[in-house]
Amino acid sequence: MSIDDSAAPRIARRRPYLSWLALVVVLVLIVGAIRSVANNPYIDWSVTRQYLFNDQVLTGVWMTVRLAVISMLLGIVLGILVGLARLSRNRPLAQVAASFILLIRGVPVLVQLLIWGNIGLFVQTVKIGVPFTPIEFWSSPANDLIVPFVAATIGLALHEAAYMAEIIRSGVLSVDRGQSEAAAALGMRPGRIMRRIVLPQALRVMIPPTGNQFVTLVKGTSLVSVIAGGDLLTQTQNIAATSYRIIEMLAVATFWYLVLVGLAGALQVVLERWAGKGHTR
Amino acid sequence: MNQQDPIIEARDIHKSFGQVTVLTGVDLEVWPGEVVCLMGASGSGKTTLLRMMNHLETPDRGTIRVGGDLMGYRLHKGRLHELSPSRVADQRRQIGMVFQHFNLFGHKTVLENVIEAPVGVLGLRRSAAIERAQDLLAKVGMHERADAYPAQLSGGQKQRVAIARALAMEPKVMLFDEPTSALDPELVGGVLAVMRELAASGMTMVVVTHEVGFARGVADRIVLMSDGVIVESGPPDEVLDRPRHERTRRFLSAMR
Ligand SMILES: Nc1ncnc2c1ncn2[C@@H]1O[C@H](COP(=O)(O)OP(=O)(O)O)[C@@H](O)[C@H]1O
Ligand SMILES: [Mg+2]
Repeated sequence: MSIDDSAAPRIARRRPYLSWLALVVVLVLIVGAIRSVANNPYIDWSVTRQYLFNDQVLTGVWMTVRLAVISMLLGIVLGILVGLARLSRNRPLAQVAASFILLIRGVPVLVQLLIWGNIGLFVQTVKIGVPFTPIEFWSSPANDLIVPFVAATIGLALHEAAYMAEIIRSGVLSVDRGQSEAAAALGMRPGRIMRRIVLPQALRVMIPPTGNQFVTLVKGTSLVSVIAGGDLLTQTQNIAATSYRIIEMLAVATFWYLVLVGLAGALQVVLERWAGKGHTR
Repeated sequence: MNQQDPIIEARDIHKSFGQVTVLTGVDLEVWPGEVVCLMGASGSGKTTLLRMMNHLETPDRGTIRVGGDLMGYRLHKGRLHELSPSRVADQRRQIGMVFQHFNLFGHKTVLENVIEAPVGVLGLRRSAAIERAQDLLAKVGMHERADAYPAQLSGGQKQRVAIARALAMEPKVMLFDEPTSALDPELVGGVLAVMRELAASGMTMVVVTHEVGFARGVADRIVLMSDGVIVESGPPDEVLDRPRHERTRRFLSAMR
């Protein structure tokens, strides 16, 4: 080797001609599909534009947001309780939690929503009292209490709780046992160890699947249209039923679901950043 | 409790995990201000015995008293009744523990790690806890990294923080389980130096270690375990240089 060769030879990178070709093909297909939908003579896009911010549609959007957020919050709270019960050393408690999860996950949400929506058919009154005695503090006819919004919220929240319980359980199990042992060795009590040491670290593992759950839930709220839940899909379907603008109204619904899911995704990114602190960068 | 009472008093400790018998009748006393090094081959039950001293492990038979408290139990009419987890937690306040793998709280900064228990368990005011933490971090040479997260520290730095964290509870006794075994060789010295200083300050310490040099220099007593029992116990020069038992000789020659 001569001294002149001391400069290292330049690297010639491989050119991914095939990938470029594939990209071009895909772009052509996408543009073609968009054009064919946009110029479709059977779809009147002006109707879609006209209804995008229609009052009834916005009411539906707002209901969908409320359903998703309230069910999620209730689901998280209940899910924490069920998840921790499932992890508890108290065997009967863990068994009850496991059965709850099995039951809820074993029945399609659509079926569960229909059951809650039609609860008035087999339950006349809801009361709070001492079981097996006539003592009664409060009661109400089921049909007055379980209005579609309540039925939808109960159905979605229970479903959410079962999945959150599993997410919380796997999150807690993902935290190294040394963490709770170190906390115990410092004299911390079990509840405090869970709250201050284990759950915050489980959170990092829990947020991505929780975000996915929320996105699924936002879309899942559309199922409550079967019990006239007043959500986005219910409203757009109602409009379509009278105006016969079925595809146009589905496009309105599609637009709003994409917006809501996009927002949920952005929220997830923010939460993941926040929960990742202290983790190896 | 007066000066004549041991800080730790283990009586007739037995323990097995399923088929594996780990401890078969261990008696051990640790006196105030004493530094005891627990040595012995891997698997001889050192960790199990140490963890029993703060009830992270429960004995099958026998009792452990720390500072006069019967760890994990209440004696009533000749029977031992298990204490609630909260009562056990209260008993653990007087015992500091340092783990082989540090176990710093990963989501908290160095300072937050050290003040967590003083604030949350002892009810110290945050400002007072921070002051105490800063003193301790200075002592272990970590005051400049108070705002770092554990993941940003070397093993040696983590272990020094872990020692400060345990000391922040002002324990009566400190337990160390192979505190330098997970460290790169060049980081061992810094941790041992901190422990040496702690011993010199009069802290009662039980140290599981394979560091013969540290044991010789710092221990008041070396306790050697083998096959579930204590086979030798005495001052370092006696145990290390004039062991009475064949098993001790074998262990020591394996160490060199
Ligand atoms: N939680 C446990 N479950 C089952 N076996 C265990 C457990 N902890 C320790 N052991 C066993 O007990 C024996 C003693 O372990 P240990 O006390 O860790 O020894 P040392 O610290 O002296 O190396 C080993 O054989 C180990 O495998
Ligand atoms: Mg060990």
